[in-house]
Amino acid sequence: MRLNFSQNVKSALRALMANKLRSALTMLGIVIGVGSVVALLSVGTGAQASITGQISNIGANVITVYSGSRNNFTPSGAGGGATAPLTYEEVQELKGLAGVAAVSPQVQSRQTLKYQSSQTSAQVVGVEPDYATVHPDQLDHGRFISAADVTNKSRVVVVGSQIVTDLFGGLDPVGKSIKINGILFQVIGVMKEQGSGGFGFSRDSTTYVPITTAMARLSNTRVGNQKSVSTIEVSASNSDSIDTALTALKTKLRTLHKIGVGETDDFTVQSQSDILSAATSVASTLTVFLGAIAGISLVVGGIGVMNIMLVSVTERTREIGLRKAVGARRRDILYQFLTETLVLSIVGGVIGIVIGAAISTAVSASGVMTTVVSPESIALAFGFSAAIGIFFGLYPANRAAGLKPIEALRYE
Amino acid sequence: MIEIENITKVYQMGETEVRALDGVSLKIEDGEWVAITGPSGSGKSTLMAILGCLDSPTSGAYKLDGIDVAKMRDDQLAAVRNKKIGFVFQQFNLLSRTSAVENVALPLLYASGNHQRDRATAALAAVGLSDRLGHRPNELSGGQQQRVAIARALVTEPSIVLADEPTGNLDSKTGKEIMALFDELHRTRGITVIFVTHDPAIAANAQRVIHIQDGMIA
Repeated sequence: MRLNFSQNVKSALRALMANKLRSALTMLGIVIGVGSVVALLSVGTGAQASITGQISNIGANVITVYSGSRNNFTPSGAGGGATAPLTYEEVQELKGLAGVAAVSPQVQSRQTLKYQSSQTSAQVVGVEPDYATVHPDQLDHGRFISAADVTNKSRVVVVGSQIVTDLFGGLDPVGKSIKINGILFQVIGVMKEQGSGGFGFSRDSTTYVPITTAMARLSNTRVGNQKSVSTIEVSASNSDSIDTALTALKTKLRTLHKIGVGETDDFTVQSQSDILSAATSVASTLTVFLGAIAGISLVVGGIGVMNIMLVSVTERTREIGLRKAVGARRRDILYQFLTETLVLSIVGGVIGIVIGAAISTAVSASGVMTTVVSPESIALAFGFSAAIGIFFGLYPANRAAGLKPIEALRYE
Repeated sequence: MIEIENITKVYQMGETEVRALDGVSLKIEDGEWVAITGPSGSGKSTLMAILGCLDSPTSGAYKLDGIDVAKMRDDQLAAVRNKKIGFVFQQFNLLSRTSAVENVALPLLYASGNHQRDRATAALAAVGLSDRLGHRPNELSGGQQQRVAIARALVTEPSIVLADEPTGNLDSKTGKEIMALFDELHRTRGITVIFVTHDPAIAANAQRVIHIQDGMIA
């Protein structure tokens, strides 16, 4: 009966058990390597999932307009061509364009919110009623900003669900008054809870006021005589009219900004899928980057395995000589030592996967960030550790297999 | 039957050539008991390595049971060793942390055939160690360890047993017991026994003594 796999594994285990501490330390290198691959990939995948989830939350037919050209990931104004602010007057011109259902200009600023003795900091967004058309079903109760509120520059506010907790201790705030930037506002509605946006950023503290009120009282967003807006969100009539709306918006803005033929845009118009693919590519770059760092530690672990296997081959030269004397062929010895390395790296790999998954679950549970252990990352880590076993085991095993029986037997 | 014809073995030691064997011709019939003696450095160990198919001669012919083995590749030689030759060494060369019966079964791992454990058990019985199957080498005396090694040499039922100073690490009383065991195996099984030794008392057991000096039969 030729030397088979189970006998090889048995003899490998016996050899590894002969030096328990040494085998354990060698395996630790693989455990750490595989564990960090699994844990760091889960961070990357988790970031990817939360970014994707966050962006799809915004709505599928939404087109976003920014000032400044951001096509090549250059910050606005920094070598990315001219920058011109988007003005509130221009926004009115965009309404009613082909394929456009609703236009929601936004003015954002960071403000301090006070109620009695409590205070908190929140993103305050000045909006028009169309915000609710672009982002439907986000109001929990009360009412949203109305057209009359915008016309009258009313001091009314719709607060995020987090604000209810932070300022009102969970009591219904509708009808109460809070101070924003020292000015009294009446709470008219509460937004629904939307969940953490990942990376510690919460969308639930975002608070909404009429855009005219925001421009008049909360932000210094006057450029010259024109009132500029931060972003404009446009909702396309339906998914088929996204391209029509994109083209119409670009053409209109180029005309308004007096951009000649061949000149680059001083604004950016992005559809939801553009933003999604840009963000996903950033997140997957992050995942690859984290995985590569972890991969380095796995390679270091593999070198440790190779080092120990070389020592083991030298120590067991006489055993190899004896095995050859009683009839072991070259490949019998090769498989024997290769099996030993594989057992080391696969057992180490499995332990590493368990530890990596445990770390990732713990991080997720602690709420620092979302992590997702994907089956692909486990398969990758397992395959990688087995490949390391073969790659780094081959040289020592080959060296053992190539020994001359008579010289090996006489080795002192 | 072993027939070697004008065997030479040359080692290259840096600049100088060392002729360990210089034209040795020899014929050993089936069932003979031969002792190879000679001072250290005479080439007797080299001759033993070549007779045992552990090494190939630089030139010359070697026929083992009519098969030319002088030009065989390493893996073919491994198969020949497995089938036809059993080895017994001065240092026993047993695998530590491995039971007696598993040590004896080792050559069977590299051979075809079933009932490995049964065959190993039978071989241990033939050397009088039926009650030591599960013992590890460090739980056995020197004489018992050498008996395990002899059982390992016998387990594939080879036609030749090559022993290199098999009593060298044993006290004289145990040595005599081991020699008696070889004598019994030789008589009852008709195995060809080849001893390499520098001890004239051990060599005296043999039917024929071949003395090697300076790489040649003296």
